[in-house]
Amino acid sequence: MGYADLLASLPLVLAAASSVAVMLIIAFYRNHGLAALATLAGLAVSFASIVVAAPYAPRNVTGLLVIDGYALFFIGLIFAGTFAAAMLAHGYLEKTLRGEREEFYLLLLLAATGAAVLAASAHFASFFLGLETLSVSLYALISYPKGSERAVEAGVKYLVLAAVSSAFLLFGMALVYARMGTMQFSGIASMALGTYMGDPVFLGALALIAAGVGFKLAVAPFHMWTPDVYEGAPPPVAAFVATVSKGAMFALFLRYFARVDIHQSRSLVLAVAVISIGSMFIGNLLALLQNNVKRVLAYSSIAHLGYLLVAFLAAGALRVTASEYYLVSYFITMLGAFGVVTVLAGKEAGEMEDIRDYRGLFASHPVIAVVFSAMLFSLAGIPLTAGFIGKFYVIAAGAGSALWTLLIALAINSAIGLFYYVRIIVSMYSNVEAGYPGEEAAHTGSGEHAVFGAGQMGGAPPVIAIPIGGGLALAGLTLGLVWFGVYPPTLLSIIQKTISSLM
Amino acid sequence: MILAWLIITPFAGGVLAWTLARGRGLLGGLASRWVSMIALAIDLLLVVRLWANYYGALGTGAFSLSGISLPYGKWLKELAVPWIPQAGISIHLAMDGLSLLLVTLTVVLGMVSVAASWSEIKDRVGFFHFNLLWTLSGILGVFLALDLFLFYFFWEMMLVPMYFLIAVWGHERRLYASVKFFIFTQVSGLFMLLSILGLFFVHGAQTGVYTFDYLGLLGTRLAPDTAFWLMLGFFIAFAVKLPAVPVHSWLPDAHTEAPTAGSVILAGLLLKTGAYGLLRFAVPLFPQASVSFAPAAMALGVISILYGAVLAYGQTDFKRLVADTSISHMGFVLLGIYAWNGIALQGTVMQMLCHGISTGMLFVLAGSIQERIHTRDMRRMGRFWEKVPVMGGVGMLFALASLGLPGLGNFVGEFLVLLGAFRASPVMAVIASLGLVVSTVYALWMVQQVFHGQPREEHALLPDLYPREKGIAAAMIILIVWLGLYPQPVINAARPALENLQKVRAAVLRQTQAEGNNPEREGSNGLR
Repeated sequence: MGYADLLASLPLVLAAASSVAVMLIIAFYRNHGLAALATLAGLAVSFASIVVAAPYAPRNVTGLLVIDGYALFFIGLIFAGTFAAAMLAHGYLEKTLRGEREEFYLLLLLAATGAAVLAASAHFASFFLGLETLSVSLYALISYPKGSERAVEAGVKYLVLAAVSSAFLLFGMALVYARMGTMQFSGIASMALGTYMGDPVFLGALALIAAGVGFKLAVAPFHMWTPDVYEGAPPPVAAFVATVSKGAMFALFLRYFARVDIHQSRSLVLAVAVISIGSMFIGNLLALLQNNVKRVLAYSSIAHLGYLLVAFLAAGALRVTASEYYLVSYFITMLGAFGVVTVLAGKEAGEMEDIRDYRGLFASHPVIAVVFSAMLFSLAGIPLTAGFIGKFYVIAAGAGSALWTLLIALAINSAIGLFYYVRIIVSMYSNVEAGYPGEEAAHTGSGEHAVFGAGQMGGAPPVIAIPIGGGLALAGLTLGLVWFGVYPPTLLSIIQKTISSLM
Repeated sequence: MILAWLIITPFAGGVLAWTLARGRGLLGGLASRWVSMIALAIDLLLVVRLWANYYGALGTGAFSLSGISLPYGKWLKELAVPWIPQAGISIHLAMDGLSLLLVTLTVVLGMVSVAASWSEIKDRVGFFHFNLLWTLSGILGVFLALDLFLFYFFWEMMLVPMYFLIAVWGHERRLYASVKFFIFTQVSGLFMLLSILGLFFVHGAQTGVYTFDYLGLLGTRLAPDTAFWLMLGFFIAFAVKLPAVPVHSWLPDAHTEAPTAGSVILAGLLLKTGAYGLLRFAVPLFPQASVSFAPAAMALGVISILYGAVLAYGQTDFKRLVADTSISHMGFVLLGIYAWNGIALQGTVMQMLCHGISTGMLFVLAGSIQERIHTRDMRRMGRFWEKVPVMGGVGMLFALASLGLPGLGNFVGEFLVLLGAFRASPVMAVIASLGLVVSTVYALWMVQQVFHGQPREEHALLPDLYPREKGIAAAMIILIVWLGLYPQPVINAARPALENLQKVRAAVLRQTQAEGNNPEREGSNGLR
């Protein structure tokens, strides 16, 4: 491993080093603010080091990692997402948690490092190492508020399922190795579709790996854990699981298939298409039934991965462009949406989970209400938000490859999705004072209210002090949301530079 | 740049109106009303300037047909700035006579809506005007955009604030109505997006030029099947907005539940975006498919005319009645567009403008009645003429306009559409003209119910129109009478634009016939 290798992998090295640094800081001087600041600084430096690493890309760092534009893009995205999650977490932990808060950041940095390794891995070994670094950190992160029964339950649920899915993954890898004698992605990819496609052992291995990957991506039918975990975990962690963890796995998945024309295998295309359509419908239909905002977001994230798989099935460069753009917008939006839940949750207002908690939010916290609306509109893919351009690119990628069935499913699902996003938005803008809702109940009967949950009277949400870190994170995310929604060329040109090495 | 200012002014005005009205003070509310009025007044000045500069050019045929591959005439004003060059998307705005007319209508009705909500909206005034102005901004964008992506962008952008107008300030069933409206329009919009992308890729594969520009995409050679499906995507989106019969069911709900300003904008402007889309995009981009689809579309138009009129006759809710008449009137527009000859198209444009004015005014009246007696139920009205003669007179006039009395604008529109449609299909025209009979019935029935007959309920407090409302009424009466008696300026303004559209369609049809059916090539996609 030479000098150049070291520089190329600098972002990974720095991220790992900052987790050690944070650990030492905690050991010597335990202070929540300091730990948070050190984490943010570590992430910022790691992010900045991408510029240093970029000239050396593309480069194979040992047989395990490949640092190319594509990997660096996702590493940057992962660090930026973690940065936002850490900022959100600071205020949340300050408000809700007694006892040790500092180790949270250590775990967060470890998880980010694992995710970054995942995005850069070129070998089953690094794949598995990255995955486990990420997962083990997540077990602890999810159940970090150890006094909370729900958090611990969510953590255990995630632990059991993640362990099972890792076992599937390992078994799949072992079978592939037994069959092909290599664990290098490039080697597997070139052999896979040629000679081994009809091979039952290989197909079995593929199915096992798909189960492991599908679990992390939370696509149907491996999505069962998502709502429970998102509901029980602290909201910044839920945001992290929804974005960084999924994004890293998707990056790996896409890299693996980037060199392979997936359309050579009809059964593979069919399987991904079924998973995609299934995720869309299951995510959106079940989201309709929820009254808990976190669960709505959880199901919505399942549906969004379904949309993303449409881009995955497309052909050509547009497939990667669309996936990357979509993921960026998805990161911003999900972090923002969970961010709103995070900054509002606390002693004053409780967990802010129920949709009814959001009634009158526009009157009490107009700015937060507008930010949340913007995030939800972005999830729905409405113009002026990054989600619109992301969805446009996904549809464009699909249309370019004539995936009309998937696109029609996507169109139908967008409509279903609108319904529940809009329901949250409406509740924020509806009045809490006497008169409006009561009057409405008298006129409309019960049906509409069962649907919109606006029937009962509740108190106005109390005035909540918005933590500075969370507020700044939301401001930044909103800025990004609008910027990437109105003026995409900057991001597009970056994306186009990163995909050249992949093609 | 003036075109961009037309869109930016209400956009910025909306933000300003909202920020000024933070909190719920009376002063903030007043400020945001005036800001909205001033923003639209600035737009009106811009529009007047455009008319003054170009009216001379409009009638005289200064539209020399420049010889690009297709004979598309010069634009009055044009603006093209790259936006997302990677995907061939630019901010391409352009105005011809057709756009100019619709932009004028938008600004006028925008001012009417601000005035009409002056005393109706007391709650969250700043946010209301923000939504109102952003809707208008989106509509202006739709009428000016020449890049299909930009068009879709504005098409979607106008929906969200409209949705808020209904959902927050609407009447009893506002949630149901607003969500229905939103979902209908969103889904149909997505089908249009699919078609836009389909066209984009087919065109790109053929020529190697990946662009969303309207002028670039005109004349794309398409296999008949492809053309049909792509055309259908556009047609669905526009038919939902129009609305044509099988997809009209959002309209009565949305119009009824919306606040007055919302109803005025919905009926007066949003429906016109559907008609405009058909005229500008659906037919010229897919001439061949449109020719074969025309009988079906015309039949839908005729069904809409009759069905809307019959529905209207059955209503007891004032606003719902007016909403249903919109379906009927817009049926004429659909009929006229697919008849596609000079006369029918002129009629279509007239009908769009006059329907905007007459229906807009009827909704303003419905709003002022509701403000006074807190109901829209006509069974609780009666013999209002004695108490509110001015309102009665205005209501009578616009009911007559709605039934197509000669001398008022709507007559010109419907007459021209029927005249043109008779050339294209006598049977359709004959059946459609039955709609005029039914419209007489519902319009007179409405006047009878509200202003004459027996007083069925005592309404102690029933003041006549306030000066502000009289002002709105006076402006609208002048417009509708003017359009009825002297429609020539409108016809002059629209003619070159319509002729351009007709020439494009004819040229593409000729080209297709000359070449036979040139099957498209399956190409790799070059968009990155």
